[in-house]
Amino acid sequence: MFDHGQPSYAEVNKDILSVMLETGPRYWMLLGTTMSVAVIFFFMPWFYQLIVGVGAAGMSRNAYWGTYLSNFIFWIGLSHSGTLLSAILHITNSPWRKSVYRSAEAMTLFSLMTAALFVMVHLGRVWFVHWSFPIPNQMGLWPNFRSPLMFDVMAITTYLTASSIFIYMGSVPDFAAVRDASTGTRRRLYTIFSFGWRGTAREWHTLGWAYTFFAVFVIPLAVSVHSIVSWDFALSIVPGLHHTIFAPYFVCGAIYSGTAGIVTVMYCLRKFLNFERYIGQVHLDNLGKLLLALSLIWSYINMLELFSSWYGGSSFELEALKFKLTGFYAPLYWEMILFCAFVPLLMFFRKFRWSWNKMLLISILINIGMLTERFIIVATSQPRKFLPNAFGFYFPSWIEISITIGSFAIFATMFLIFIKWVPAISIYEVKETLKPLRRDA
Amino acid sequence: MKWGNDLSTFVEKFRQYLKPGYYDEFDYHWTMTIDLDRCTGCEACVVACQAENNLPIVGEKRYAQNREIKWIRIERYWEGEYPDVKMGFIPMLCQHCDAAPCEIACPVFATYHNQDGLNTQIYNRCIGTRTCAVYCPYEVRYFNWFTYTWDEPLEQQLNPDVTVREKGVMEKCTFCIQRIRLAKDNAKDDDRRRVRDGEVVPACVQSCPTEAMAFGDSNDPEAKVSKMMKNPRGYTVLEELNTTPSIVYLKKAHAES
Repeated sequence: MFDHGQPSYAEVNKDILSVMLETGPRYWMLLGTTMSVAVIFFFMPWFYQLIVGVGAAGMSRNAYWGTYLSNFIFWIGLSHSGTLLSAILHITNSPWRKSVYRSAEAMTLFSLMTAALFVMVHLGRVWFVHWSFPIPNQMGLWPNFRSPLMFDVMAITTYLTASSIFIYMGSVPDFAAVRDASTGTRRRLYTIFSFGWRGTAREWHTLGWAYTFFAVFVIPLAVSVHSIVSWDFALSIVPGLHHTIFAPYFVCGAIYSGTAGIVTVMYCLRKFLNFERYIGQVHLDNLGKLLLALSLIWSYINMLELFSSWYGGSSFELEALKFKLTGFYAPLYWEMILFCAFVPLLMFFRKFRWSWNKMLLISILINIGMLTERFIIVATSQPRKFLPNAFGFYFPSWIEISITIGSFAIFATMFLIFIKWVPAISIYEVKETLKPLRRDA
Repeated sequence: MKWGNDLSTFVEKFRQYLKPGYYDEFDYHWTMTIDLDRCTGCEACVVACQAENNLPIVGEKRYAQNREIKWIRIERYWEGEYPDVKMGFIPMLCQHCDAAPCEIACPVFATYHNQDGLNTQIYNRCIGTRTCAVYCPYEVRYFNWFTYTWDEPLEQQLNPDVTVREKGVMEKCTFCIQRIRLAKDNAKDDDRRRVRDGEVVPACVQSCPTEAMAFGDSNDPEAKVSKMMKNPRGYTVLEELNTTPSIVYLKKAHAES
């Protein structure tokens, strides 16, 4: 479990809390950079787009949905592994989860928020977005519950709420540890955050019970969220989108890219926060095996999608298929196949699974592949719908590209703020994995 | 107490629906027929629609980006290789499908089916998710990518009966709903229960020089459209999608060879 010898309880506290309590100039520089990138690349172009209209983006009659929506799916997908994986591993009692799950869940939360931002950017009149919530009003107007977008609003808000509660509940004992290790305002703040946690047996019992309950609650929710996101596409009759396989396809792809995202985040935590002791070979190895299994499922579903398009034999489907495989975006398509279906096969070899650098590279390639996968779904099916008169072509404008880059900075900013506010590794659960200490130790 | 009141009004309403004749007031199914044999592709309908419904002129650059707004358009199709080429054209406008794919898509009910069988679009309710346009197989929904303006004095020729749409709003053919409303009001003023056939004429139908288009209530068996629909040349576009459109096209007749 531990690569560099087992730490004592006090060392665990010190190692993990020092990240929160000691802040160097490197952190402020990094935070400043990500924040300014977020403002310059995301919010300023968005502001421009709000003034001019969505026409500032590259969408047209050929494709009414563009990179905003494909990025939305990408970020929702990235959010999928954290809470889901944490919950599944919790109820299956896997000890290696304990040092990974806190940051994984934080990733869920922040990528969900980024995804929600993309919905806002996508809308033509975002200032009326509250109309999509069932708020009682004097007009007696309700949202349309038949709409897959409505399902989306419901699913995402539920998932966001549930995973916030899940991560918060799991952190309460750690907030108490922060409270005990700090003074002044921070101490008062964390007294509130920790709900006056004292660590009595009854409190531990209640926490364990509630946590398991939420873990069970969150799993079906996570599966439903991405199924519902896929229905945005699958419930249309657009060739290339109207596939029954879409729900499992999206769920699998989501967990896939999310797990790859966890590997990337783990690497950064280990590298920059000196968590080598807590995130070790066993985590990497297990995540690698999971990624490998997911990549095989993903490849299978992808083949199935192509096959059903071809076997169905409808001329509309065939035209969309032809455009996808051989059209302008064919290089992107084959790049996706390379990165998401073939590169992960390297993880069959222990040499790759056990090397942090190689795994970092593979995980980043997978996520690049998944980003393009979402783009391809949006950009190759809409320009080949039914009437040849509307056949066309979609290419993102500089605003869309810039906002895509900026979204990564937003995610990084939220994560950087997170590691200063919440212990990035669960202190009490790491302690659970330690061997019992001798009395004199 | 409150709940009981609500329930009794609901029951009352439901009883009203059961009364015979209640639906007469709503019992229209506006339908259009387009005879492709008569259509010359002159685009008079396109221009008439532009004038009637305050459609913006988007300009050359945005036209090239495929962002023009034309509620009715003439699609051209070529068949065969040069020199043996045949060109066909078909006017394409909102089909006002009875099973419209766009209607389930809107999260805020900006597009819905009204009692007249029209597929309506409420501009003020639209939040611009553009889902309806993605779902529409006929690609007849148009989005206001920008707020368009009319140079002076062109704003003087805007139709006062039709709203001018702002950026971020979807729009499409309404079957000239303002004229339908006017005809219904007139019928009510004359103490008639129903609009007479030929009383409602959308701008495109009115402007067609060859009278290729007909418009009316297909629930009325005596109406011109009802007779035209029975023509064996009649078909609907993309029938296999089962959207049951309200526009019936009459196939171009070819000499038997």
